[in-house]
Amino acid sequence: MNITLVLFLIVVGITLVITGWAARRTRTTVQFWAAGRGIKGWQNGLAIAGDYMSAASFLGIAGLIAFNGYDGFMYSVGWLVAYLTVLFLIAEPMRNTGKYTLADVLSYRMSPIPVRSAAAFSTVAVSASYMMAQMIGAGSLIKILIPSLDTTLKPWFNWTILGTKLDPSITLVGVLMMIYVIAGGMVATTWVQIVKAVMLMGGAILLSFLVLLHFGFNLGGFFNAIAGVKDSKTGLNFTQPGILYTYGKTQVWGVDKALLENVSLGMALILGTAGLPHILMRFFTVPDAKAARQSVAWAMGLIGSFYIMTTFLGFGAATLVGKSNICATVAPKCTPNSNLAAPRLAEYLGNSFFGTGGGEFLLAFIAAVAFATILAVVAGLTLAASGAFSHDFYVNVIRTHLLHGHVSEREQVLVARITAALVGLLSIWLAARVGATANAAALVAGVAFVIASAANLPAILFTLFWKRFNTWGAVASLVGGSLVTIWLVAIGPGWTLPANPHPAFPLQNVGIVSIPIGFVLAILGTYVGELVKADRLAEQKFHEIDVRAQTGLGAEPVAAA
Amino acid sequence: MEIERSRLSQSSAAEQEPLREAGPPGEDVAYWEGLEHTDEFRQLVAARMRFVLPATVFFLVYYFLLPLLNGLAPELMRTDVVGHVNIAYLFALSQFFVAWVLAWFYIRRANSLFDRLAATVRERAARGRRPAA
Repeated sequence: MNITLVLFLIVVGITLVITGWAARRTRTTVQFWAAGRGIKGWQNGLAIAGDYMSAASFLGIAGLIAFNGYDGFMYSVGWLVAYLTVLFLIAEPMRNTGKYTLADVLSYRMSPIPVRSAAAFSTVAVSASYMMAQMIGAGSLIKILIPSLDTTLKPWFNWTILGTKLDPSITLVGVLMMIYVIAGGMVATTWVQIVKAVMLMGGAILLSFLVLLHFGFNLGGFFNAIAGVKDSKTGLNFTQPGILYTYGKTQVWGVDKALLENVSLGMALILGTAGLPHILMRFFTVPDAKAARQSVAWAMGLIGSFYIMTTFLGFGAATLVGKSNICATVAPKCTPNSNLAAPRLAEYLGNSFFGTGGGEFLLAFIAAVAFATILAVVAGLTLAASGAFSHDFYVNVIRTHLLHGHVSEREQVLVARITAALVGLLSIWLAARVGATANAAALVAGVAFVIASAANLPAILFTLFWKRFNTWGAVASLVGGSLVTIWLVAIGPGWTLPANPHPAFPLQNVGIVSIPIGFVLAILGTYVGELVKADRLAEQKFHEIDVRAQTGLGAEPVAAA
Repeated sequence: MEIERSRLSQSSAAEQEPLREAGPPGEDVAYWEGLEHTDEFRQLVAARMRFVLPATVFFLVYYFLLPLLNGLAPELMRTDVVGHVNIAYLFALSQFFVAWVLAWFYIRRANSLFDRLAATVRERAARGRRPAA
């Protein structure tokens, strides 16, 4: 047995022990969805940071910086600053008015049937895009980092479902995350997230320390080395902006295309975070607004330091390993894979500081951390998606409002578990189906941020702060914002490889167009809908949500243990 | 306030479909609107706005300056300041510290001021509710 497999099994073992412990404490809905609202501020902060520092940001950003230098750093900046939107406008009002999901807040003022259905739709759209990206990433990572696992499992996967051959690695990730969510609910998911966040921070600190140690803690020398790396196409060195975003080359609508792409990306990053269902859901797990605020502070501290460290990892890989050596199997003229920048850097540092065995061990450790990261993030997403479906759609729309029935705690938790299983199975199948052709993992994750900012954010902000806002406007932004985003991405240059040379929509980052459309739809929907049928109650109920959001009056209490 | 409450609840119950989830429809409208108009609540909202509005505008402008300057003035941004550390990198790094400092200011003010003002509104609500209940 090789060392990667051993470390990997240890990680899985730890998470399963946590799940077993959490499962004994998960009986009621408030425990399943909100961990009994007993998560402490710092714990929730770690879990938020864990949810956020996905494989896309750990391996993805390190890779982007390793291959493109400075421009890759732009993602890190946007992803941290985004938390100011969350802190100033979203976190405390959410805790004060919410129960388990985003739709709980909206249906304070709006007609529950249309609004809950629309919110379930947008939540599933966001979570599914994010989840597919993670699962695709997981599948390809395991194949490269722990090939023995994939080949060992292969003989058992000789069957197809609905014309799609299941992928061993993706299925393994899917099954594990289903166990966390179904058995342990929010308690297990939170603790898996905390353990993983600590491991990830530890890994990043260790690698950054070794990079700096290599340069004798001489930052000037480090930057000289980075400036020595030149991009072959543009001739710029790696400290300079303009390699990924080639400014001044092509124009769109009379404006520099690279500039539009960069600003558009920034809008999605800054505004999208505040609308991501699996992040919003975390604010319902803490006892009060003060703890919600504290958890954002912890998350910002961790996420910020982590992203600053990704510069050391990315630049370290660029200078020490070099783009041409970052491949699945290192050979002359191999195909570089940016996702492997951090693992290859770990291998290099291990070898140079601890001898041959050290390289293998560090590579294995980083691979195990990356795997834990994907597992934990996917579990959080499954919880959000199944929350939207079972709590919002099944329990509140179908059973309560359409059938006028009473839904027992037992039934609610049972339905939650069944939907989590269904969401898990569906994502295993979808990821296997897309997996073979996908080079789109990062793009799919980006789509999640745009849908969140074009559909969810206008609905949340206007519900909390705009008196005239009504059911019409909420549905218009939730459904319209999602559909416009998906449509623009579909007709854009992104999805297919090689990229469509004459796309109907010129930009890969669609946020600059679809986010304003989402807000306009919310406003237009409100005024036009008002003409069709007045929604007086939405206006009257504004007073209540206004006072509750600001003061925490009547907020959901901490559940008895 | 008591009279207004019952009037409003009757009228709204008559003409609206009973749909919202937070309590019976219309019942509490006057109660919440009354709280909204108290001095305590207005102080809380004003205090929050005085911080959140300028801080939000500031961080949005400061953040979008980075991609805009990178795109519009690349030569300026590529200027080295110390060794090979250029303006673009320092500006990007400064975003982290600006975000942390703004968050720290907000949390300090929220812990000391907003929480206290919110507590006075809740006290007022508890006093106002007793005769009504």
